[in-house]
Amino acid sequence: MEIPKEELLAPGHRGCAGCGASIAVRLALKALGKNTVAISATGCLEVMTTPYPETAWEIPWIHVAFENAGAVASGVEAALRIQGKDDVNVIAFGGDGGTVDIGLQSLSGAMERGHNLTYICYDNEAYMNTGIQRSGATPYGATTTTSPKGKDSFGEEKPKKNMPMIMAAHGIPYVATASIAYPEDFMKKVKKAAEIDGPAYIHLNQPCTTGWGYDSSKTIEMGRLAVETGSWILYEIENGEFNITYRPTERKPVAEYLKPQKRFRHLDDEHIEKIQEFVDNECAELGL
Amino acid sequence: MKREVMTANKAVAEAVKLAKPQVIPVYPITPQTTISEYLAQFVADEEIDAKYIKVESEHSAISAAVGASGAGVRVFTATSSQGLMLMHEIIFAAAGMRTPIVLADANRAISAPLNIWNDQQDSISQRDAGWLQIYVENAQEALDTTLMAFKISENPKVLLPSMVCLDGFILTHTVEPVEVPEQEKVDEFLPPYKPDHSFLDPNEPMSIGTLADPDYYLEARHAMSVAMRESLDVIEDTCKEFADIFGREYGLIDPYKTEDAEIIFVAMGSMCSTLRVMVDELREKGEKVGLLKIRAYRPFPVEAIDEAVKNCDKLAVLDKNISFGIGGALFADVKAKIHKDAYGFIVGLGGRDITPEAIMEVYEKTKNPEQEVTWIGLKEE
Repeated sequence: MEIPKEELLAPGHRGCAGCGASIAVRLALKALGKNTVAISATGCLEVMTTPYPETAWEIPWIHVAFENAGAVASGVEAALRIQGKDDVNVIAFGGDGGTVDIGLQSLSGAMERGHNLTYICYDNEAYMNTGIQRSGATPYGATTTTSPKGKDSFGEEKPKKNMPMIMAAHGIPYVATASIAYPEDFMKKVKKAAEIDGPAYIHLNQPCTTGWGYDSSKTIEMGRLAVETGSWILYEIENGEFNITYRPTERKPVAEYLKPQKRFRHLDDEHIEKIQEFVDNECAELGL
Repeated sequence: MKREVMTANKAVAEAVKLAKPQVIPVYPITPQTTISEYLAQFVADEEIDAKYIKVESEHSAISAAVGASGAGVRVFTATSSQGLMLMHEIIFAAAGMRTPIVLADANRAISAPLNIWNDQQDSISQRDAGWLQIYVENAQEALDTTLMAFKISENPKVLLPSMVCLDGFILTHTVEPVEVPEQEKVDEFLPPYKPDHSFLDPNEPMSIGTLADPDYYLEARHAMSVAMRESLDVIEDTCKEFADIFGREYGLIDPYKTEDAEIIFVAMGSMCSTLRVMVDELREKGEKVGLLKIRAYRPFPVEAIDEAVKNCDKLAVLDKNISFGIGGALFADVKAKIHKDAYGFIVGLGGRDITPEAIMEVYEKTKNPEQEVTWIGLKEE
């Protein structure tokens, strides 16, 4: 796969060293090219890329609020199409908070109405912009500032909401999971999402050095461990047909993914076993 | 020009059709619903070449409106009451992002208790958002004001959204004869919207809706304040231009028999029709009374009001809203900006009829005041 050298998210933005969200946007825009309009939900991405009078976006970009990226994207899409700009890609980026929690209704409406747009949830598994509070996408056992480990707590008590399957239940033509650590797989999916007529949803696993607690040089390594342990499964559902797009040659124990991260470091063997069980069940269910 | 009998909701829909917006995101709510229905039918019948977005909530209606306006097209939406409350957050964003959206608000009371009938609490509660607010008295004015609102909002000196406020049921569901202007004349008055900036154009990329830190936020808000002030002239100029083409005259305010009046009623919306009749009745009895109808509530036309009330002794301000702890919102504004002896009256909340008797009571209590703010028509117990 040829990956364009041109960067449509300029360097010099205010992301942390090792920021996975900026990698997500760079890759997505390399896949789409310049003829693209982006919509952002409020969150890390919006704040770090557009402190007025600066912007890192080399393509047109709009942000309105936290919970309405789906609806704003709907309006943008409708306005472009009525002007005959059918070839312009419309892509919305929302974090896990802006997507699976507060923005769920707005996104559901956008998907159900059939707008020709792509929505990417860059999932770093908590509200990172406001300092690591749990979201509906925070995994079982992760400690965050609002699901803290404590005397009577091992962190988040519930597994993450299965957002891609909620999107799939909308009957939209394309749903995929992806990881920033598998750029070709991700970019292929972004291209496919843009080419398909109608709404597309990509749920992107995006390690966060600050929120997950690992060295900033290890973002890609962490993303790979998520996938190689089966904690995050790469698949797509194209017009209802489910396919795994990447199979680890040998699935690694989940402990290898959990142990390097500060958010899981407090977990005892019993909890790790339970997480291994979750992962095994999910892999069995999806046929990995 | 055709003359037809229609509700104010239909009149608004006719105006929207004539204004040719390209994106219409709406969500139905009583008593706005028929606006969404008429527009859906116009689009279904290809009478309007627009994308009608069947959003899942009012929050998404206004969000999609901002997105579409950001992409450079003319946008219309409509709502009422709880719907406007749900839009609240994005109502501010729409103004801050300088999107010239036009929104028709079918004025209705706010829950709790749940009430679907008319008052003006909903739009009044949005008054600090940076939207222009114009209150109308009848179906014709609803149509004409909707047309003018697009032109005013899209003026580069303004670039703030406009809310056309029409009283729920009293106007939205009452039929009246309305002159529907010819498309040709409307096209002359209101040419297609062409934004000065490129807006979401891949050939000229720009970022809109960015973060502004303390070094920039104050200036951004000040620019809105300047635009709101400038909109006073733009409204007046637009009304003149409208009168030249269509023959119907409007302004920031509409004074009636105020020149020699000792007491002037100050009010907004449909109750002005009742008040005008009462002014005539009282005058027949020898009372020197007048009516000042406020059309533009935001911007608040202080100079125009000052001029209209300069000869009077007292003002009787009627509010179909309540700002708890101070009184009616219009009354508070009048007290703050107009240096006259003024008395406030809370009337018609939740659809309580504003009867001639109620207005007589307002008049008497302004002549012989007992207190600054009086609720009219309260039942015993």
